[in-house]
Amino acid sequence: METGTSRVKRGMAEMQKGGVIMDVMNAEQAKVAEAAGATAVMALERVPSDIRAAGGVARMADPTIVEEVMKVVSIPVMAKARIGHYVEAKVLESLGVDYIDESEVLTPADDVFHISKGDFTVPFVCGAKDLGEALRRIQEGASMLRTKGEPGTGNIVEAVRHMRLISGQIRKVQNLAKDELYHEAKTLGVPYELLLGVHETGRLPVVNFAAGGIATPSDAALMMHLGSDGVFVGSGIFKSDSPEKFARAIVEATTHYEDYELIARVSKNLGTPMKGIEISKLDLSQRMQDRGI
Amino acid sequence: MKIGVLALQGAVAEHIRSIELAGGEGVAVKRTEQLEEIDGLIIPGGESTTIGKLMRKYGFIEAVRGYAAAGKPVFGTCAGLIVLAERLTGDEEPHLQLMDMTVARNAFGRQRESFETDLPVKGIESPLRAVFIRAPLITEVGPDVEVLSVYKDEIVTARQGHLLAASYHPELTDDYRLHGLFIDMAREAAGQGQR
Repeated sequence: METGTSRVKRGMAEMQKGGVIMDVMNAEQAKVAEAAGATAVMALERVPSDIRAAGGVARMADPTIVEEVMKVVSIPVMAKARIGHYVEAKVLESLGVDYIDESEVLTPADDVFHISKGDFTVPFVCGAKDLGEALRRIQEGASMLRTKGEPGTGNIVEAVRHMRLISGQIRKVQNLAKDELYHEAKTLGVPYELLLGVHETGRLPVVNFAAGGIATPSDAALMMHLGSDGVFVGSGIFKSDSPEKFARAIVEATTHYEDYELIARVSKNLGTPMKGIEISKLDLSQRMQDRGI
Repeated sequence: MKIGVLALQGAVAEHIRSIELAGGEGVAVKRTEQLEEIDGLIIPGGESTTIGKLMRKYGFIEAVRGYAAAGKPVFGTCAGLIVLAERLTGDEEPHLQLMDMTVARNAFGRQRESFETDLPVKGIESPLRAVFIRAPLITEVGPDVEVLSVYKDEIVTARQGHLLAASYHPELTDDYRLHGLFIDMAREAAGQGQR
């Protein structure tokens, strides 16, 4: 009997496919998310848009919030640790969270090194905006990926850019000759063996979700259409007018992302989605996606 | 044999791959009308609360009950096993209630307790590599249910006539013998005998 194998850790993410993972800040929100059909919840102290508004250093949530959420739902509970913060991750593992997000939404603790995720029994999800980042995170032991997008903006454009870029780079790698792969590995800054795997299979070896800026059912469906395995919704649910309705509608639109009549139906009378931010209006220092290398 | 995999949420592609490795044809099932075209249905792993809710919303509870009542085989893995169960422990509402068994969700604990192991299964020659992820357990079975395997005295594989259930994920390995067994069940149900 073996725990924490890569099959067990990656398999856990496979079971989330086609699902919606929702950010929640307390037990009550976690119950709303579960009742709406979320496949997991991310327990946080503040959603990304509030982190943006508050400024300052954003850290791992108070363990009380994480435990409170774990107590009230039967679906998996994820929580965020700062990039490179080994101890925050170990603390979350000791609490028994089901997945750790080593996340750029929090203020990075290490500006060079990410957590060595292979050393943990609990699996990790990490953000990536291109194939190089994606494969570096996998090499460090990430069992699941997500686009970075631009969290807390309610603006889908960056998540779309990241998903398209990764898909385009995978197609390019698939078509390279074997002797060109070594150079490409060097250019991307990734291990040759991982790149060879992408060349041979035409896909990443782990599940890749969309995250960062998803605010409506159509946004979620667009990301699925672009090849996401599922979606994370951060501020989009509990910063909208009617979280329960938005949560249910986003779950349905993710499952039936090619059924446009259904998406039209679930999009009716939802009320106002979260207020968005135009990315070009963001100061460079406010861009979360540039955190982590 | 054409085997459908319920594609509302969960590990759909992996089951389709295993079915094809085992010599069947795999299709994703998103609408109830598709049940008419398939010789067997797999309810995959995923989150049972999500899958159960979406099945209710889109009429799959009645449709799959009718499908099974017509003698068509159904195979549930992990969340799919939960969905098949007549009874769930605690105060959780059961879903299809097709198999005469009681199931406990997340019975092994949280993700850090998830594991893989070699598991002997009745009717399959050598042990299977079984991947248990936040897996459920069968705590009790009725007289018509045959226990196919136990892990540490707990029931993890069971069959009731044309219904098959496993608490682990045969679709996450390259060992497709359990899918082969299910294709045989579909062939039997279709009246074509064994391979």
